Amino acid sequence: METLFYIAAAVTILATLRVITHVHAVHALLYLVVALIALSLIFYLLGAQFAAALEIIIYGGAIMVLFIFVVMLLGPLAVEQERTWFSLSAWIGPSILALVLLGEVGYLIASGDHPTMAVAEPRQKAISIALYGPYIIGVELASMLLLPGLIGAYHLGRRLSSEARSC
Amino acid sequence: MLSTPALVLAIILFALGLIGLLSRRNILYMLLSLEIMLNAAALAFIAGGARWGQVDGEIMFLFILTLAAAEVSVALGIVLQLSHRFRTLDADAFCEMRG
Repeated sequence: METLFYIAAAVTILATLRVITHVHAVHALLYLVVALIALSLIFYLLGAQFAAALEIIIYGGAIMVLFIFVVMLLGPLAVEQERTWFSLSAWIGPSILALVLLGEVGYLIASGDHPTMAVAEPRQKAISIALYGPYIIGVELASMLLLPGLIGAYHLGRRLSSEARSC
Repeated sequence: MLSTPALVLAIILFALGLIGLLSRRNILYMLLSLEIMLNAAALAFIAGGARWGQVDGEIMFLFILTLAAAEVSVALGIVLQLSHRFRTLDADAFCEMRG
């Protein structure tokens, strides 16, 4: 358990270092996705399965896809630029780090001892009860945050398209 | 217990994000560094929740996730606007306010 944690922590730190030192935006995003997946494995090892699943689905899935879309929108998609994206050096580093994580997950499944698994079900229940009990004001505040976020993103994106049409 | 090394990892990740935020001038990388720092804060909350056996850490993680989603959607819209108007992503080029 501790060894798995330290390996995942090393993967997270290495990937984060590559994120902040890389010059290619798409490569940095690949490394950031690997860092987020390693972080979700750490969440699982800490006993927070729900947070681990949300980290992969929302952070690694939705938010990173949003970033990648914006990077694609920003730069002109020249053919030679795409060719550099799919070169060997672009994906070999993230692949090695992801393979390390895959080996860890395989070891976790094969070893069969899931000390955090046994307490999972009442924990989810406790999270739900606490979320809609004492933390209900936080849920309301989150909804009040998400609605201006939606309107703001719509507004910023809409003016861009109308200006692009006019000029 | 894994919570102490997890807190150390959170500190390291937060420092890396802060270094990236201060050293990079590309506004997209500054956003990525913000994401790293938010993740470090979330990891600190999860580690605290695991240490005390309470669910409050995971609930704070949910709120951080909501905050990150709202922040990213607005900030990426601003990035698109800036790149559309200034034709660059350099943060030092956006100096119209003479700050």
